[in-house]
Amino acid sequence: MTALDFKGRAARAMHDPQLSAALLRVKSHFVTGRNMAAARFADFETLRDRAAAIRRRSIARMPDLLERFEASAEAAGAKVHWAADAAEARSIALGILKAAGAKTALKSKSMVTEEIELNAYLEAAGIQPIETDLGEYIVQLRGEKPSHIIAPAIHLSKQDVADTFRSHHTDLDPERDLSQRNTLVREARVKLRAAFLSADAGITGANMLVAETGSIVLVSNEGNIDLTATAPRLHVALVGIEKVVETWDEAGTILRVLARSATGQDMSSYVTCLTGVAGEGETGPKESHIILLDNGRSAVRDTDRREILACIRCGACLNHCPVYASIGGHAYGSIYPGPMGSVLSPAIDGLKAHADLPNASTLCGRCEEVCPVRIPLPKLLRHWREDGFARHLPPRGERVGLGLWSWMAGRPLAYGLSQRLARLGLRTLAWMQGGRVRRLPVVKGFTATRTIAPPKGGSFQARWKGPR
Amino acid sequence: MSASPTAALFVTCLVDLMRPEVGFAAARLIERAGFQVVVPRQGCCGQPNYNAGDREGARKLARAAIAALEPFDIIVVPSGSCGGMLAKHYPELFEASDPWAQRAIAVAGRVQELTQFLAAHPLPETGKLPAGRVAYHDSCSSLREMRVHDEPRALLAAHTDAELCKLREAETCCGFGGLFCVKYPDISAHMARDKCDAIVESGAEMVVSGDLGCLLNIEGTLDKRGSAIRVRHIAEVLAGDA
Repeated sequence: MTALDFKGRAARAMHDPQLSAALLRVKSHFVTGRNMAAARFADFETLRDRAAAIRRRSIARMPDLLERFEASAEAAGAKVHWAADAAEARSIALGILKAAGAKTALKSKSMVTEEIELNAYLEAAGIQPIETDLGEYIVQLRGEKPSHIIAPAIHLSKQDVADTFRSHHTDLDPERDLSQRNTLVREARVKLRAAFLSADAGITGANMLVAETGSIVLVSNEGNIDLTATAPRLHVALVGIEKVVETWDEAGTILRVLARSATGQDMSSYVTCLTGVAGEGETGPKESHIILLDNGRSAVRDTDRREILACIRCGACLNHCPVYASIGGHAYGSIYPGPMGSVLSPAIDGLKAHADLPNASTLCGRCEEVCPVRIPLPKLLRHWREDGFARHLPPRGERVGLGLWSWMAGRPLAYGLSQRLARLGLRTLAWMQGGRVRRLPVVKGFTATRTIAPPKGGSFQARWKGPR
Repeated sequence: MSASPTAALFVTCLVDLMRPEVGFAAARLIERAGFQVVVPRQGCCGQPNYNAGDREGARKLARAAIAALEPFDIIVVPSGSCGGMLAKHYPELFEASDPWAQRAIAVAGRVQELTQFLAAHPLPETGKLPAGRVAYHDSCSSLREMRVHDEPRALLAAHTDAELCKLREAETCCGFGGLFCVKYPDISAHMARDKCDAIVESGAEMVVSGDLGCLLNIEGTLDKRGSAIRVRHIAEVLAGDA
């Protein structure tokens, strides 16, 4: 099977009626939820302003805050590791698990572990990762990747989940009812409960690193993260370096915008705060490692796209994006889809690997409008386009066309001539095609689903008789 | 001799090429609002280049547009998209040290989208024009860059008998996106299809918007489906040409 490119994946996704139905649920569920949560809060816009300022301050002071985080975390008994890239992060994680003799590791939903493809690496090394987030558990069974940063299995229907459980849970009674949401959850819980009680280690990400106390903050709804991080003796957290904030006060503000923007909740069901290791008689991990992942983040911090590091991974930009709503998450070909992903993915994997992503947007601006930390996503997408243009990544035809246009459209004579030619062409095509343009040459895509009414008479400027 | 104030009309290259009627309608409206209309020789604002990552090309076109527009205190644009380019993006287009930066900022501050201008400079009462059931489509750049929302609706209410139909997902992009509709035609078509579904469901007899790009996208899609819903620019409706 040849790998499809972005356009191919997008086309396939748009022909999948089940995916379209699932994406409608994203819109109805998350968009409505976010709107209602914002409306319930007295002054959500001011809260966003504060969150935006906190994240920008954190990024500006990132190196200092990370050093402070390291010192505080180690003083509390955790060990901090620095990973320059995905390979280093994977090998540090494996080293820790091996040293502890771990054979199984619980996993919470974590975009960073997806980013570094940790699961496949651990499996190859003989360690079984067990996803404990319901959505991640389902996509893990199916051998898929998550299609949304907060709702990994949003592309699947209840029936898909039931079928997945029936084919993977071999001891499942065929009579067992799996038609309802709660019966599905119960089935997953039975399987996961056993894993929680026996696993050797817990691997999580983190929503924030709090520098002043060296703590990590984890946000969840299912309670699985709490168990993943605290039930086993060993806890390993993999966290992007941009997640740092200085104080608990700042962390509190971020939490207040995060759940409202993500799921429309005032606060997530669980907020797990972990500092150091558990002492004698305390519950919690006896050994704690925090792996700080760079993987392109420091490099993007030195560019005009640095504001993407302010992202708190709420998913609001995906939920409100009309392109995401059309093609879903998998079509992006990156673990980070949607507007934030189209800015972040090229920073991680290089622009060549994701050359389409910054371009596949109408720059409609809805993402920026809902981003809790006011990241100007359209502007950052445009900066990637500028980067690509400078490196001659767009097709030659496009570059030549743009060059010609910028030469011509500022010169009255050349511009006037181009207008006349274009009008003549459109009118001729319309005359040949029954009154309207039904098939454009070169840019055939436009008229695949549209017709064009040809312009009448001369151009406006040719006919304008008033003052110039 | 009564010297009426002057407004420059930046007609936009898309109107110039595809629908000159929109430009003439806009000019008549500006005159009726008590202004003399001047149309400085103009080309493109540079937005296609800007959004394609060709900042240098955009600067070239912006310099020509700035030179043409800077003699005027009021610059009216019958498009939120080109208006947004002039008003919001020109100030960020040049390096701060570039002398064009200040000139860009000066021009940007004088740009008004057509319905903003007409809301600030009311048209004389002329009785209600027939419009029927209308779905108003906010272009993304009108809505988010120019912050236009109430103005076109108030103008329709004041000057026409339009009965506004509620449009589902009114704030969602129609999928035009300039070069986007050419570079990603499948995704663009999918978005246009959703938008046209919402328009048809709304029960409207006419779709009205302030941006010709959206209108060409919507009109072309509706026509391909065989829909009889009319598609008009707000300038045409207010000028009585719809």
